[in-house]
Amino acid sequence: MSQSNPTDRLYSKDHEWVKDNGDGTAVVGITDYAQEMLTDIVFVELPPVGKKVAQGEPMAVVESVKSVSDVYAPVSGEIIDVNKTLEETPELINQDAFGEGWIAKLRLENVAELKALLSAADYGALIKEEKH
Amino acid sequence: MKKTPLYEKHVDLKAKIIDFGGWAMPVQYTSVIDEHNTTRAQATLFDICHMGEIEVKGPDALNLLQVVLTRDISGQKIGQVKLSALLNDKGGIIDDLTVYKMAEDFYMLVTNATTREPDFQRISSIRDNKNFDCKLSDISDKTGKLDLQGPCAEAILQSLTDTDLKSIHFYSFVESKVAGIPALISRSGYTGEDGFEIYAAAGKIGFIWDKLTAAGAANGLKPAGLGARDTLRLEAGMMLNGQDITEDISPLEVTYSWLVDWNKDFAGKAALATIRDYGIQKKLVGFVMTGRGIARHGYKVMSDSREIGLVTSGTFSPTLNKAIGLAFVDIDFAAPDTKVSIAIRDAVSPAIVVKLPFYKRQK
Repeated sequence: MSQSNPTDRLYSKDHEWVKDNGDGTAVVGITDYAQEMLTDIVFVELPPVGKKVAQGEPMAVVESVKSVSDVYAPVSGEIIDVNKTLEETPELINQDAFGEGWIAKLRLENVAELKALLSAADYGALIKEEKH
Repeated sequence: MKKTPLYEKHVDLKAKIIDFGGWAMPVQYTSVIDEHNTTRAQATLFDICHMGEIEVKGPDALNLLQVVLTRDISGQKIGQVKLSALLNDKGGIIDDLTVYKMAEDFYMLVTNATTREPDFQRISSIRDNKNFDCKLSDISDKTGKLDLQGPCAEAILQSLTDTDLKSIHFYSFVESKVAGIPALISRSGYTGEDGFEIYAAAGKIGFIWDKLTAAGAANGLKPAGLGARDTLRLEAGMMLNGQDITEDISPLEVTYSWLVDWNKDFAGKAALATIRDYGIQKKLVGFVMTGRGIARHGYKVMSDSREIGLVTSGTFSPTLNKAIGLAFVDIDFAAPDTKVSIAIRDAVSPAIVVKLPFYKRQK
């Protein structure tokens, strides 16, 4: 079930991923490790399209049977699209956190923010530490 | 944190361990939903060693319990289990506990994990005050407890005991053997399914766990944690002590009016009678979310823009596939079909008051 962290994107310490589309937009989701820790995601609250979010601020909410967790914006920007499918099938995040379980698409406000994020290798090292 | 005799097994099974009232307990092994659904469809095994057991023994055992408990147990027979409440002097619930009648002068009380000591103190002080001739012993540390729950529970347990389990009716028990180990087998539980609560010496409970696990493999038996226990009990409309019930809450305000026998004296009765005569102002009700979102403990219940209550338990129900919960609401909003709403973060979402339980098994 466990997936390795794709190298085509960057990671936050709060377990979000961000994939730069190279056209000033990026796709955001939570990592496979995060979904594994949450297990059984049963509800996702998506942000409204058009909302502006700042890096590190709560952007969405994912709930498992037992827990409520904020998803933090890994970069600042304007929400230009959300994964509406998650409203009916939140378990898509459990099944495919890096793909079909994406959460939102943003128009990047400050591309320089990407530099502060972790590479797949660095993120892998971080979760290895957390597991111990 | 305190550990049950089965702690190492949970670690080996890679369970997620949480602090539950000072106990290191498994909240889930694989997935709450899977463990929940397995309980409804096959069977699961729970480590419940953290709960308390108190023995009451001696010529005045019944006299003491009649004064201590809200329920009249004078008609209880040996081998029967009764749920009852233990109140403080204000009529608030210290504990909801089960009473096992072992012999004419001998009872076992099964308490919640966090109320074992308050219960013991309360009962001891009443005994001393009334000069009753009976002995109280807290046997929790030397007693292990497993809950085997689900439609396959009987078949699994039957393969390990000579007692004909069909002869044990709901809320009854026998002293027997499981896998050769002396054990008390009670047909009861906290999931809304058929099943058994098994008590044996703490030092032998791991052996019984292993035997049950092996015997149940063909029936799909799995271990289940406190996460599934919580969703199962909530669907069955059962309250959780310390969360839905506190010492500030009387039995009349929750679903426990039926545990109160007014025809006898019991500790807390005077205060409870005052509450009854004055009329209760709020009541614990079940609700189902009709809008989006999941209500959680502590969320506000609203009507228009007025706060009319508080959610005490809320979760996503795996069986019903919707969000359900329990809440204390102003008495005017307690009738089934009343439309309310729940404040979830910065929005409100509609919900409807329903009759409990949310789930009832087909017999």
